[in-house]
Amino acid sequence: MIEFFLNGEPRKLSDTDPNLSILEWLRTEMHLTGTKEGCASGDCGACTVSVGVLDPGSRTLRYESVNSCIAVIGSLHGKHLVTVDVLREEPAHPVQKAMIECHGAQCGFCTPGIVMSLFTLHTARQTAPDRLAAPPSHHELLEALAGNLCRCTGYRPILEAARRACAETWTPGGTGKRFSGPDWLQDSAMIASLQRINGEKGSLRDDQGRRCDLPQTLEELRTLRATYPEARLIAGGTDLVLEITQQLKDLGHLISVERVAELQTLTIADDHLYLGAGLTYRQLHEVLPGHWPHFAPLLERLGSLQIRNRGTLGGNIGNASPIGDMPPALIALDAELELDSLDGVRRMPLADFFRDYRQTELQPHEFIRGVRAPLPKANEHLLLYKISKRLDDDISAVLGAFWLQLDNGTVSDCRLAFGGMAAIPKRADAAEQAIRGQPWNDATVAAATAALASDFKPMSDARASAGYRLQVAGNLLQRALLETGSHFDSAFPLTVTDYA
Amino acid sequence: MRKLPDTIVQPPASARGTAGSRIAHDSAWKHVSGQARYIDDLPEPPGLLHATVGQSTQAHARIKSMDLSAVRAYPGVVAVLTVDEVPGHTDIGPVFPGDPVLAGDLVEFIGQPLFAVAATSLRAARQAAKLAKVEYEPLEPVLTTKDALAKQFFVRPSHTQQRGDPDQALAAAPHRLQAEMHVGGQEHFYLEGQACLVEPTEDAGVFVHTSSQHPSEVQKLVAGVLGLPIHEVQVEVRRMGGGFGGKETQAAPLACIAGLLARHTGRPVKYRMARSDDMVQTGKRHDFYNTYDIGFDDEGMLQGADIMVAGRCGYSPDLSEAVVDRAMFHADNAYYLGQARVVGHRCKTHTVSNTAFRGFGGPQGMMIIERAMDDIARHRGLDPLDVRKRNLYGPGRDETHYGQIVEQHVLPELIEQLEASSDYRERRQAITGFNRRSPVVKRGLALTPVKFGISFTAKHLNQAGALVHVYTDGSIHLNHGGTEMGQGLFIKVAQVVATAFQVDIDRIKVSATRTDKVPNTSPTAASSSSDLNGMAALDACETIKARLVDFAVETYAVSADEVEFANNQVRVGKDRFGWADFVQQAYMARVSLSSSGFYATPKIHYDPETGRGRPFLYYANGAACSEVVVDTLTGEYRVIRTDILHDVGQSLNPEIDIGQIEGGFIQGMGWLTTEELMYSDKGQLMTTGPATYKIPAASDAPEDFRVALLAHSPNREATVFRSKAVGEPPLMLGISVWCALRDAVASLADYRYSPPFDSPATPEQVLRAVTATRQWLADNGGDSSCKSA
Repeated sequence: MIEFFLNGEPRKLSDTDPNLSILEWLRTEMHLTGTKEGCASGDCGACTVSVGVLDPGSRTLRYESVNSCIAVIGSLHGKHLVTVDVLREEPAHPVQKAMIECHGAQCGFCTPGIVMSLFTLHTARQTAPDRLAAPPSHHELLEALAGNLCRCTGYRPILEAARRACAETWTPGGTGKRFSGPDWLQDSAMIASLQRINGEKGSLRDDQGRRCDLPQTLEELRTLRATYPEARLIAGGTDLVLEITQQLKDLGHLISVERVAELQTLTIADDHLYLGAGLTYRQLHEVLPGHWPHFAPLLERLGSLQIRNRGTLGGNIGNASPIGDMPPALIALDAELELDSLDGVRRMPLADFFRDYRQTELQPHEFIRGVRAPLPKANEHLLLYKISKRLDDDISAVLGAFWLQLDNGTVSDCRLAFGGMAAIPKRADAAEQAIRGQPWNDATVAAATAALASDFKPMSDARASAGYRLQVAGNLLQRALLETGSHFDSAFPLTVTDYA
Repeated sequence: MRKLPDTIVQPPASARGTAGSRIAHDSAWKHVSGQARYIDDLPEPPGLLHATVGQSTQAHARIKSMDLSAVRAYPGVVAVLTVDEVPGHTDIGPVFPGDPVLAGDLVEFIGQPLFAVAATSLRAARQAAKLAKVEYEPLEPVLTTKDALAKQFFVRPSHTQQRGDPDQALAAAPHRLQAEMHVGGQEHFYLEGQACLVEPTEDAGVFVHTSSQHPSEVQKLVAGVLGLPIHEVQVEVRRMGGGFGGKETQAAPLACIAGLLARHTGRPVKYRMARSDDMVQTGKRHDFYNTYDIGFDDEGMLQGADIMVAGRCGYSPDLSEAVVDRAMFHADNAYYLGQARVVGHRCKTHTVSNTAFRGFGGPQGMMIIERAMDDIARHRGLDPLDVRKRNLYGPGRDETHYGQIVEQHVLPELIEQLEASSDYRERRQAITGFNRRSPVVKRGLALTPVKFGISFTAKHLNQAGALVHVYTDGSIHLNHGGTEMGQGLFIKVAQVVATAFQVDIDRIKVSATRTDKVPNTSPTAASSSSDLNGMAALDACETIKARLVDFAVETYAVSADEVEFANNQVRVGKDRFGWADFVQQAYMARVSLSSSGFYATPKIHYDPETGRGRPFLYYANGAACSEVVVDTLTGEYRVIRTDILHDVGQSLNPEIDIGQIEGGFIQGMGWLTTEELMYSDKGQLMTTGPATYKIPAASDAPEDFRVALLAHSPNREATVFRSKAVGEPPLMLGISVWCALRDAVASLADYRYSPPFDSPATPEQVLRAVTATRQWLADNGGDSSCKSA
């Protein structure tokens, strides 16, 4: 059984297909049709809902936007699901009011998703008074909306509505309404219930024998993994669930790792950082840029906020996609991977984990526990460059991740890792050789660029041609040189995202 | 209608929400609260089945055998139909034949429907459909426009429009350039995918709920496949979650298949396509291969032009006859071509049949002349804006290559205004300076106009009907032949009715479009639905008003000009009656308070044989100035600022119109930038969802986005309250972004070289242009001679 709250009402589910998405459940079982299916792949945001999560040790719910089309129903255990259907009564939410005043809806199909993304932003700002004081920046609004496609308006009125709504507080209520108090999102009885539920292990079974287990501890996870090696591990599910919605696969047994508290570990030691596999991109965004500034623009372009709220570090490594964005970055950092099982923990350089296209060293009874990355020292640079067709919410055509140790204009050491250039995230050995020990200048970059052709034979696909990938990979080395060079003038930025 | 905020205060003595007021979309509250119902949200009738189809995996093949036993045996499957079980017509081509509802023994594109499945759940239907065993005998496919051109493989005959003697003019011109370009297609990506729900009626017919821009055509085609008279089929469209032309003809096949399954099983059937099926199985904007041969003088003035536009139509005609016509009509965009020839080809390929998409071929035609304007400018070392301005239509230079005279010259003044308000000249100077110093990132700027012809080029479609009922409490029910897809048609026509009766908009209820209320309607398309349906509704209102005036004259012994409708009242001589009160009096006196209305567009005619006529009642005009930044190492870019000035005549609703302009611009920009349709060498679409097909996201919209309506510009033609159409024209304002990207790249060679630049201008395409420009520089060293690619 799993337990959660839907729009303030407690719900229990047991005999339920664990393949069911939150969206399908809302629409077909609950007949709540306000939430729409636009793509069933987490790319358009029409299905956006707001999910209240009780962080460990916290007594308040943190609401985050989630693509309900690719979140399985089991992920709701211990959470509060809020959908647009709860906003049907007057007075209108400031977001709704502003959307009407600014003419932010035309056909209206994407609108419930946009309302819920902005509702979530508005809620976060209301609970953080320091943010409420200042109007939201354009950047903050784009971050909230990048995962919501609108085909009618051109977005200007939606951004305007977001700005207006954030300046207003919301007092829900009226007479005889379900949510009469101003704090229904933080209702104390509901939170007490959720605290109890969060202490209990959930699971789902259906009459066809399909199941989903939601272990709470590493010990439980190890045992489940050893007992059911054929089961699929699921964390945020932002990639795995596409097998259900796009390929129509029936996943018989899911083991969810998202409730294992130890996988959320985040340790900052003197010389290294330890990142639990269960950390989401959103959580990584809070810590990584502080050590390596280039992680900020990378993580802001990785998926959308809805994806970053659910997708995890371990998932990005485990699904071993050649176009995952975290592996090249971590390989450039020479990160070490920790795999866990009943047999104990084993460690390996992350670079050695990937064997071939979607094939890894992970054994069927193992799971990814975390990553250990050395913290930067003097003269070290980490440069991360994501290149994609669209700036936001797109998958990389090429990802260049360069770690350089520069001493008096000479590259004393380097690691160059790329995504999108081979069947796996991979280092450019020949290019590294052309750079290591050489003066950091145009001639060296030219030699390294030439060497890339022996490192990689990229493919042509819907994202880019092989020729483009190879050309850009070399040009990114040039960008790295310009960025780390002494002639860099901030009046002339090197990327379009830095152009103000 | 719900009370909604009104952003301007109306003069006190006027009814609320009349024409010109900035009121919200009639469904605004329902949109933001999730209560607006789309097809998939309708309460599901008992016994509902879910439909899908099996798809061809071959682009061109004979079907040797089709074993559907596993499909039939799949748990939950209730019916499986092939073309043999269709009781009526099997061809559902909307204008010309060529679209089998289900394939016979020949398939002509990957994704073509082979058989239909109905099952008790959607997942079961979709899983079952994958189990068919189909044996094909492969045939050679034709997949590209150039291949089709070489083979003269067309879905319809080619046409030519000609004015004067272009060959002589080209030979005599001081300067001459030739170029070719590919213009990419576009997926509609309406957020609500194709969907319909069909219920069998107590007679032999069906009731169809569909998300379609053309309910009358759905009605006709469903009746056709079922072998029924049209009156046995009723079609209702409440709203669409976006259409953009993609639901003009493409919704009908779903309704036909669901109709067949519903009649076959006697149960209601819902057919909602998965996004990937929708992208594979429904038509898109035509991609084009265009060429020009132009002659011009030292100042860049065109003297002659020989232009070819060739659209990739896919496997069947669908609407391609008219789409390529419109590309031909717009190969001049806003410019007087001089002696000109425009040839249009309708290429047949073994890919999905391409269809209507906002602009309907016009944008693809315009691209070739806009490219030419930049090429002329680079060739002569002129500012592209000066070349554009010089070539605009004007008095004495006003006859198009198809013989229509441009009567109202809006653009010269409009461009002057935009040039000033956008600080074009100052920014041009600043940008050139920046580009000389910035090592990697380059800025680009372009100001481009749009002139777009308004009317269906198929003359018979330029008609509309409406139905208006006034009830005894003074409330009004409005129905017309147009459909609501988000563009605000319903509220605009309601504003027309509010204006006619001078009553508050809240009194008027617009109901779903239904074929049994207003029959034989035209598609909601060609930007003309406010023009047509607004006039039809006005006609109905005038009929009712005339009866009310007659009643007043008879009852109160006044003259007709002493009866006035104003501010929710009827003034009769010295008396004033409240609207409801007066309506009640008329009812008691047995006055009919209901009327239909009708409108047919005057003046228009066109002869495709001679390629001459007046196909358009008038032209809509606008211009955009866009600035971009381009990364010359990766080809990535951003639009920094866009200024738009657009002419909508006397606006029926400025907020709705601005919404159309902004949305159209962004959609046009997406078409020309990140939206890339890619096919494999087998003819398989590779970009089948939003993960690979990238429409603009919020961050792609210019952060500085300034849109204004041209002031004091009533339509010279007698359109509804002198407004102008606004649906399609702004899409082509997106061309300014494409030109600005090319401008940024051209800065690498000090604006002396015009690189080849096919659309869409993805980062890859931009980097290709960067490489070509650098190569030209290397080849030409410090040489100041100019050329175009």
